[in-house]
Amino acid sequence: MGMTITEKILARHAGLDFVEPGQLIEADVDMVLGNDITAPVAIKEFLKLGLDEVFDREKIALVPDHFTPNKDIPSAEQVKVVREFARKYGIKNYFEIGEMGVEHCLLPEKGLVAPGELVIGADSHTCTYGALGAFSTGVGSTDMAAAMATGKVWLKVPPSLKFIFYGKLQPWVSGKDLILYTIGDIGVDGARYKAMEFTGETISSLSMDSRFSMCNMAIEAGGKNGIIAPDEKTLEYVKGRVKRSFHVYESDSDAVYEEIYEYDTSKIEPQVAFPHLPENTKPISEVGDVKIDQVVIGSCTNGRMEDLRTAADILRGRKVHPEVRVIIIPGTQEIYLQALREGLIEVFIEAGCAVSTPTCGPCLGGHMGILAKGEKAVATTNRNFVGRMGHPESEVYLSNPAVAAASAVLGRIASPEEVR
Amino acid sequence: MEFEGRAFKFGDDIDTDAIIPARYLNTSDPKELAKHCMEDADPQFPKKVKPGDIIVAGKNFGCGSSREHAPLAIKGAGVSCVIAESFARIFYRNSINIGLPIFESPEASKRIQDGDMVRVNAEEGLIINLTRGESYRAAPFPEFMREIISAGGLMQYVAERMKKNV
Ligand code: SF4
Repeated sequence: MGMTITEKILARHAGLDFVEPGQLIEADVDMVLGNDITAPVAIKEFLKLGLDEVFDREKIALVPDHFTPNKDIPSAEQVKVVREFARKYGIKNYFEIGEMGVEHCLLPEKGLVAPGELVIGADSHTCTYGALGAFSTGVGSTDMAAAMATGKVWLKVPPSLKFIFYGKLQPWVSGKDLILYTIGDIGVDGARYKAMEFTGETISSLSMDSRFSMCNMAIEAGGKNGIIAPDEKTLEYVKGRVKRSFHVYESDSDAVYEEIYEYDTSKIEPQVAFPHLPENTKPISEVGDVKIDQVVIGSCTNGRMEDLRTAADILRGRKVHPEVRVIIIPGTQEIYLQALREGLIEVFIEAGCAVSTPTCGPCLGGHMGILAKGEKAVATTNRNFVGRMGHPESEVYLSNPAVAAASAVLGRIASPEEVR
Repeated sequence: MEFEGRAFKFGDDIDTDAIIPARYLNTSDPKELAKHCMEDADPQFPKKVKPGDIIVAGKNFGCGSSREHAPLAIKGAGVSCVIAESFARIFYRNSINIGLPIFESPEASKRIQDGDMVRVNAEEGLIINLTRGESYRAAPFPEFMREIISAGGLMQYVAERMKKNV
């Protein structure tokens, strides 16, 4: 019997020839990630073990990105715990302000994840790296602590779901829309505990940035991981970034899937997820008149170059609506610099947007753009739960960057076609 | 292990932002977190909940972020255990890893009403509704997870194993 790409990566990291869904394994990790919220809890647990060393100083990444640059004193204290731990234990991949970015934009960019590797992170969107053909999944702080000590993690092999996308994309449709559409179809627990494998001709045509957006939101369907088999685009992306050898896996033709979904993408419009769940999706043509107060373009879902370029294409030579605040957050310093070089930052500022240093900020209602009672925001982020961006009675609508930028101009949720 | 308390009933897809909003994540102290536990789902919950009380929810409880602060806040609030139709996977891991007992039981999730008095026998996976005179079955934990729980959590489990290896 064949194996899926997910099963192959798990088998290899557990030192086994074969694994099947439901099997509990103990696997070696290639990278362990934590941020300013989750790492302090993990560090506290790790220190209880009284060890002099972590399992591998090169295989731990610590990224303070959620409340940084520190928004208040408790946040500063949390980052201090992480910084001091990194220094004391000689952690190679600690990223200080000025160098850091939103963790899931940063790790691939720095070459810290390669195809075929196994990554766990104390952050649910760790599943993003599946776009590189790696197995990556979010865990909690205690898992992170145990992995920092032992280099291992317990995992249950997930059953796989296969999503085949075919057909030509409509204008303004990106990976974000495909994943929102998928979540709208299967629901926020439609892939609970399962691997989501994305494949098909449309996926091959997608940029790496769009693939990252898709795998990023596997967790919004309850998925354990999202994964796309590596192709030339993947190898092109990791070239010059990853300096170690790695393995490229793909699913066997006789691999077993719990379910197979097929989507004709030529029928998929840009999607908007209404409050308060990512599954409440509607095609842009059915959104109606929703006035907005704020637009956020950024996050680990859509804070990459493709996203900023798309937003700039729409905002170039236009002004944001006088009643809307627009906040643009490049995912990393490298993306920020590239946007600056391409003149995108100028476009944003001339249009009347605020541009921020990389941070998670408003995505989780941390800082840098919190909503007041009754306010509505369009965001390129991944969650629109109650209170996610501020007041429990505020609302978040999820979209791709093109819709977000068009909405910024028109002051209501709008199709990019309307500003062309 | 046996738990007894009043049931606080919640719906489907209760997410980690509802369990502990991100605005309070600048600390990981369970007592501080407990002050805001379930606040965005029921603002009165932190005031009403008493030690031993039980959260009963629908499907996909704890979906969203990986924040361990969610089960920590629930534990910090004195909640003895959580019963749900199903749990989101990271929440499930985290609860086992920090030693918050959780039970999957679609039947209990459906039948138990807000305010019912409930008793849970963890070993037997038996949930008794004292108010309604009914009982329900919970799915037992796999062996491997029982080992983690009986060690007192993942870190204790790791510590024991590291000691043996040396
Ligand atoms: S950008 Fe948002 S979703 Fe991504 S890691 Fe930060 S808080 Fe989480």
